[in-house]
Amino acid sequence: MRIFDPHIHMTSRTTDDYERMAAAGVRAVVEPAFWLGQPRTSAASFVDYFDSLIGWEPFRAGQFGVRHHATVALNPKEANDPRCHPVLDLLPRYLDKDGVVAIGEIGYDSMTRAEDAAFAGQLALAVAHDLPALVHTPHRDKARGVERTLAVVAESGIEPGRVLVDHLNEVTVKLVRDTGCWLGFSIYPETKMSPPRMVELLKTYGTERMLVNSAADWGRSDPLLTRATGEAMLLAGFTEDDVDRVLWRNPVEFYGQSGKLDLTDVDAPAPTFAGNSILRGGE
Amino acid sequence: MTPDRLRAALRGVPDPQWLDAALRRVATEPKAIARLFATAARRCGRGPLPDPPGWTVDEAARALLLTALPADHAAAADSLYRHGDAAEKRAVLRALPLLPIGAACVPLLHDAIRTNDTRLIAAALGPYSRHLEQPAWRQAVLKCVFTGVPLAAVDDLHGRADGELAAMLAAFAAERHAAGRTMPADATDLLDRLGAGSHPTTAREA
Repeated sequence: MRIFDPHIHMTSRTTDDYERMAAAGVRAVVEPAFWLGQPRTSAASFVDYFDSLIGWEPFRAGQFGVRHHATVALNPKEANDPRCHPVLDLLPRYLDKDGVVAIGEIGYDSMTRAEDAAFAGQLALAVAHDLPALVHTPHRDKARGVERTLAVVAESGIEPGRVLVDHLNEVTVKLVRDTGCWLGFSIYPETKMSPPRMVELLKTYGTERMLVNSAADWGRSDPLLTRATGEAMLLAGFTEDDVDRVLWRNPVEFYGQSGKLDLTDVDAPAPTFAGNSILRGGE
Repeated sequence: MTPDRLRAALRGVPDPQWLDAALRRVATEPKAIARLFATAARRCGRGPLPDPPGWTVDEAARALLLTALPADHAAAADSLYRHGDAAEKRAVLRALPLLPIGAACVPLLHDAIRTNDTRLIAAALGPYSRHLEQPAWRQAVLKCVFTGVPLAAVDDLHGRADGELAAMLAAFAAERHAAGRTMPADATDLLDRLGAGSHPTTAREA
């Protein structure tokens, strides 16, 4: 089973996780920029974070044979802090980078005016840079948040097929299914979505434009729940091709729209990571 | 290494017209280098070049862009390094010996050597590392051994390796020996060559 986790915050995870993910079949990930639990106090803090997402973290992932890409944005929570707003002026520089395959996570947290402005402005930036957009949906007042999200997406003029609306559930999936946007589901140990519930959604809505992620971060989460979902699909009678579509081909197709997804040699056997054997002998 | 050799090596890239146009534009409009530098790998490729050995297509293309600037090479190299992803940083480091900058960009070497990204450490120890002070250079060589960067990446290793480096390597070998671990073969060879053959281990990596 080959797995592409389209949403995982590896900065918050250990090398043990990379090791277990690689063993479970995770060969590629996208790490969206988000908040870090502790609020940032300046744009400079974002610069260090973004630099890590296009520097150190891909290197770290590579040690375990996992291909790492990123998305960058001012996230909805911190869009409410004026001290963070100057980061919007720095985004274009990062959107040009090879490893940045979308703008995100953008969208709503508390549905404030400041979030409206940051969301619409960054959708325009996605259009200007010809990039897809990863859209976070709020955890509170979610259904209305999704409705408002879809209205802003429609108004922005971005092609729906270049938008991934994430963290959906049984209630909100219906709102997004017919819009042409891609649908993301974050499989969590207890909260957002579980493997058995996900299987039911796939039975009802099919596998087209459906993406499954672990959204693993610094909270209680599990980077192997993508794999668990694939196994639950097989047990429920889905074919290996169905699983491959949801866990590999769909995320490849969505982020591939950036023209920057680099999966060269990703099917090659993972390099050994004990010691430093990747570089040794390599040059 | 010369820009002409890199230019010749890049004749076979998929889109040579893009590179030609980018080089002309940088010569007349230096600020354009920021975006062209970022996009160069997507336009030119990332694979290894058969010649010169050890260079990749993106490194060579980006190095050429830097050499094409009409002036202020040190400031441009600094800015592109500071704002670059890991591949861009590596390309800047590799371009440094080709630029008319004297020792102005040594701080970039210090930055690269401070990281734990072995690709950056290796790139910092090319020909431009002649500008590194000896203590910093020795620490960098030891860090190569420590992080597994092959010593073949170190320019002028045998010309610069001295008794102090030998003592540092011997002490490191003693630590490895005490821990029941081996030294990389190239480090053991260097130690032998420096006449510190009485070091406590001759174990080599398989």
